[in-house]
Amino acid sequence: MNSIITAKDLCLWYGSAQALKNIDIDIPEQSITAFIGPSGCGKSTFLKTLNRMNDLVPGVKITGRVRYGKQDVYAPGLDVNLLRKEIGMVFQKPNPFPMSIYDNVAYGPRTHGVKGKAKLDDIVERSLRDAAIWDEVKDRLKKNALGLSGGQQQRLCIARALAVGPKVLLMDEPTSALDPISTSKIEELAMGLKEKYTIIIVTHNMQQAVRISDYTAFFLLGELIEFGGTERLFSQPERRETEDYITGRFG
Amino acid sequence: MQKQQRLAETIIHGVFLLLGLVTVGCVLLITVYLVLSGIPAIRQIGLVDFLLGDTWESTAAEPSFGILPFILTSVYGTAGAILFGVPVGFLAAVYLAKLAPPRVKAVVESAVSLLAGIPSVVYGLVGMLVLVPGIRRLFHVPDGASLLSAIVVLAIMILPSIIKVSVTALEAVPSEYEDASLALGATSIETYFRVSAPAAKSGIAAAVVLGVGRAIGEAMAVMMVSGNVPNMPSLFQSVRFLTTAVASEMAYSSGLQRQALFSIALVLYLFILLINAALNFFLKRDKER
Repeated sequence: MNSIITAKDLCLWYGSAQALKNIDIDIPEQSITAFIGPSGCGKSTFLKTLNRMNDLVPGVKITGRVRYGKQDVYAPGLDVNLLRKEIGMVFQKPNPFPMSIYDNVAYGPRTHGVKGKAKLDDIVERSLRDAAIWDEVKDRLKKNALGLSGGQQQRLCIARALAVGPKVLLMDEPTSALDPISTSKIEELAMGLKEKYTIIIVTHNMQQAVRISDYTAFFLLGELIEFGGTERLFSQPERRETEDYITGRFG
Repeated sequence: MQKQQRLAETIIHGVFLLLGLVTVGCVLLITVYLVLSGIPAIRQIGLVDFLLGDTWESTAAEPSFGILPFILTSVYGTAGAILFGVPVGFLAAVYLAKLAPPRVKAVVESAVSLLAGIPSVVYGLVGMLVLVPGIRRLFHVPDGASLLSAIVVLAIMILPSIIKVSVTALEAVPSEYEDASLALGATSIETYFRVSAPAAKSGIAAAVVLGVGRAIGEAMAVMMVSGNVPNMPSLFQSVRFLTTAVASEMAYSSGLQRQALFSIALVLYLFILLINAALNFFLKRDKER
């Protein structure tokens, strides 16, 4: 398998507190990689270094290297907006814009210069279909997105992220605010999307990682403890800490 | 002991209620007084002649009391102030709420507060000494005391309310919206204008309405820079506003003239009521979301 994202010796500090310690990882493309670990282990922080959303946090310092394909993600001349077009993100809390369903999905393409109603219509429909929500919203595209249920809102956010044509989709605990039925819909959706996209999902739910991911990375106290195929990692963990965590001895 | 406590509670409750009612009482008193004293002149002059008459000659041998020039001047003056003041105020608010470094923000915000606290007579004075001669020279008009001068002064006077209320509205936009936009590859400027500002639009609308209220009610500053002549409004001519019409003649008025001034005040009051209703509408809509 080819890797699409590579981190080498990545460290991150919030002020003087070190949140990530020497992370080395190769994330394979067109697969689902899950980041697991107890709260505060750095899994979300690491996820946000991949599309440079951590740039927005004041006082962040990052050393080491992240590569996306052949690009150095932290190279000085890099166009962050183009990077984020390639590496989309879905957040923990569904956060559709307070505008119509259509405008939510069309926001990204418009930002990147797509004009013309026919073209936008096409992108909106395709993205909503890919996010498995088209049938539920096709008759109310002009209605405010905040009127949707939480689970629908989250799928809309996935559609919105897909609409700019990313290669990678980062999902930061995308189901932690949702009910079980909505959660299983998102999980099914993620498994379908890996045909076309690389998905990296942060989850605090180990069952979820087992159910949907191909690879799992276990983080603890800012370190990447173990990374490997999900089945292998959960059945025969190589490290003591991993075993303790997945058998529920802490976390 | 308990009985005493309960009595004290009741008394305190009563006192607070009474104090609250004082405000309501004042509003009621003013309303009733204005309506009662404003109606007779309108009856005598005729509603149409009063509101739509275009000549005001209150002290002529054959007086005429048409207040259309005042109404239009107030409307145009306010609209002009909004036209200049809102873009400047809105952009300043976006800068302060989203872009400004904390230190710059602190300095600018205290300057804005100070601007709000400057007495209107000072605005008038500075306008009279700087703006009026400036406009005369710049546009080669015989007299700089004009509607344009009043618009400029009003535009500056409404800036603080527009900026402050807009900043509050913009800062209340959840950062999740902005994160989502940035994560889609939008620049921060795009994000502020296409996500944050639309999300804050009710609050910004309230800011504009507040500015309208401030502009239409202002008397002293506009009296000093507008020339105070009851012409139909025109940008470079001396004009008189609803407020200044009342203020400038009250001292020496009598009879029907005096009653007509009350009627003008009533018209002004109705404008303010309308603006307040609009403001409540926007604020309520904001709360419902």
